Amino acid sequence: MLTLEALCKTYPNGTEALQRVTLDLQAGEIVALVGGSGCGKTTLLRLVSGLEHPSMGTVGVDGEKISAPHPAVGIIFQEPRLLPWLSVAENIGFGLDHLPKGERAARVDEALLKVGLAGYGPRWPRELSGGQAQRVAIVRALVTRPKVLLMDEPFSALDALTRASLQDHLLALWEAHRPTLLLVTHDVEEAAALADRAVVMQPRPGRVFADIAVPLQRPRDRLSADFVEVKRVILAALDGSLSAPAADVKTQGAPSGWW
Amino acid sequence: MYDIRVHVGEGTGLAEASAKNRPAGGHLAIGLILPVGAAVLYELAFRSGLVEARLMPPPSRIFQTLWKLAVNGELVTHIVATMYRVAAGFGLGSAAGILLGALTGSSATARQALDPTLQALRAIPSLAWVPLFILWLGIFETSKIALIAGGCFFPVYLGVMGAIENLDRKIVEVGRAFRLSRTALARRILLPAVLPDTIVALRSASGLGFMFVVAAELMGASEGLGYLLVDGQQLGKPDQILASILCFAILGKICDWLIVLVARPFLTWQDSFART
Repeated sequence: MLTLEALCKTYPNGTEALQRVTLDLQAGEIVALVGGSGCGKTTLLRLVSGLEHPSMGTVGVDGEKISAPHPAVGIIFQEPRLLPWLSVAENIGFGLDHLPKGERAARVDEALLKVGLAGYGPRWPRELSGGQAQRVAIVRALVTRPKVLLMDEPFSALDALTRASLQDHLLALWEAHRPTLLLVTHDVEEAAALADRAVVMQPRPGRVFADIAVPLQRPRDRLSADFVEVKRVILAALDGSLSAPAADVKTQGAPSGWW
Repeated sequence: MYDIRVHVGEGTGLAEASAKNRPAGGHLAIGLILPVGAAVLYELAFRSGLVEARLMPPPSRIFQTLWKLAVNGELVTHIVATMYRVAAGFGLGSAAGILLGALTGSSATARQALDPTLQALRAIPSLAWVPLFILWLGIFETSKIALIAGGCFFPVYLGVMGAIENLDRKIVEVGRAFRLSRTALARRILLPAVLPDTIVALRSASGLGFMFVVAAELMGASEGLGYLLVDGQQLGKPDQILASILCFAILGKICDWLIVLVARPFLTWQDSFART
């Protein structure tokens, strides 16, 4: 449904950020992109969002090529990036300008309710805590009902408790319309908690190192032995990605049924 | 083994911290203590014969002069003349500043082409233009308004250009991710983002407007608060000079306050404006 075809990105200063990355995401699939810093995972997300253009290769959503921000693709950044001059409700409704006022308000109210911020509509973003602001940012991207949702380390600035609770919130929101979710993270636990598939990337130049299926039912018990094992496998791949020589060893789709 | 006790306490209701909003009148009263107190003290010193008031008249005499000017209608004439010059100069200067600042702030080509020249012009003391303006535009209103407009232009130009240059790229990207057109991006992101800096620039420009109107009127005018200053000097009437200065203080403060008042509804989202 979301297809990345031999994506390459070389910046004008010569840095090769991505080298022939090919990925295929099913509709409604949640894929976590895991990797150390500088492995190009954020670049990859920006290419998919259409905010940047690949040097080579293509991104497609349902066969349609993405070359600029597309209505079917929503993005959530590392920081909430709420517009400080708009109220919380206006921020959530930012992408709903095309809808009649009544429907816009209904969708915004529904969204506020879903993230536990009912009654926060008239407040200013500066009155929100970090976790609340990021929840608003998430529903701002979700109210337009994108088919693909991209997230760039959306919870990395939050404390562990808030992060876990937001991950649960995110899954609950995802349930409603089940968009395809591509999530960049450096947090192995986050990948294990959310993803159907963890794609581990390798730096310099950025490329896919391992593609690990996560065969856990939802809701996931973070203390179960299976969950811990998934974390271990992802972590092992991550370690491997950082220590492996720059050779093209792709263990693509390797351990499915590894336990 | 671990012994973990789980305390399930009763939820402590956090009382909503109520923002203490002092009524606006309270701020005004605090601000008036210093000037009114000083005036009263000087008046008392004068009445008890402690000071000789030939060159520094007491407040009561200043107000008498002011009253006399108000009653015979001169004061209104002078205020109208001065305010007309300030308004016209400030309006033209800041409009040009906003326009050019927006242009050089948003286009690198325009900045490279225009900014060096404008910065060089800015380095010239505005008063240095006076002889030329008088030659070109005559000694009446046009040259005065041109001088004031020139003075008001630069702070607004710099403020708007800087605000656009320092615009948060991350916020602009939100607009792009939501596929805003260029005009929508300008209206929904750019405009609200640069508004606070623009208001500050307009406030400093209005202050400069008053500075240059005095300069313009000192150099030759038959009416205006600046004319009252010169007239008071030549005829040895310090009370008239101080009356004029008092008018400048009040008018300047009112203009600044008007800008803040008009801008406030658009800036309530800012921390600083919410607190004042």
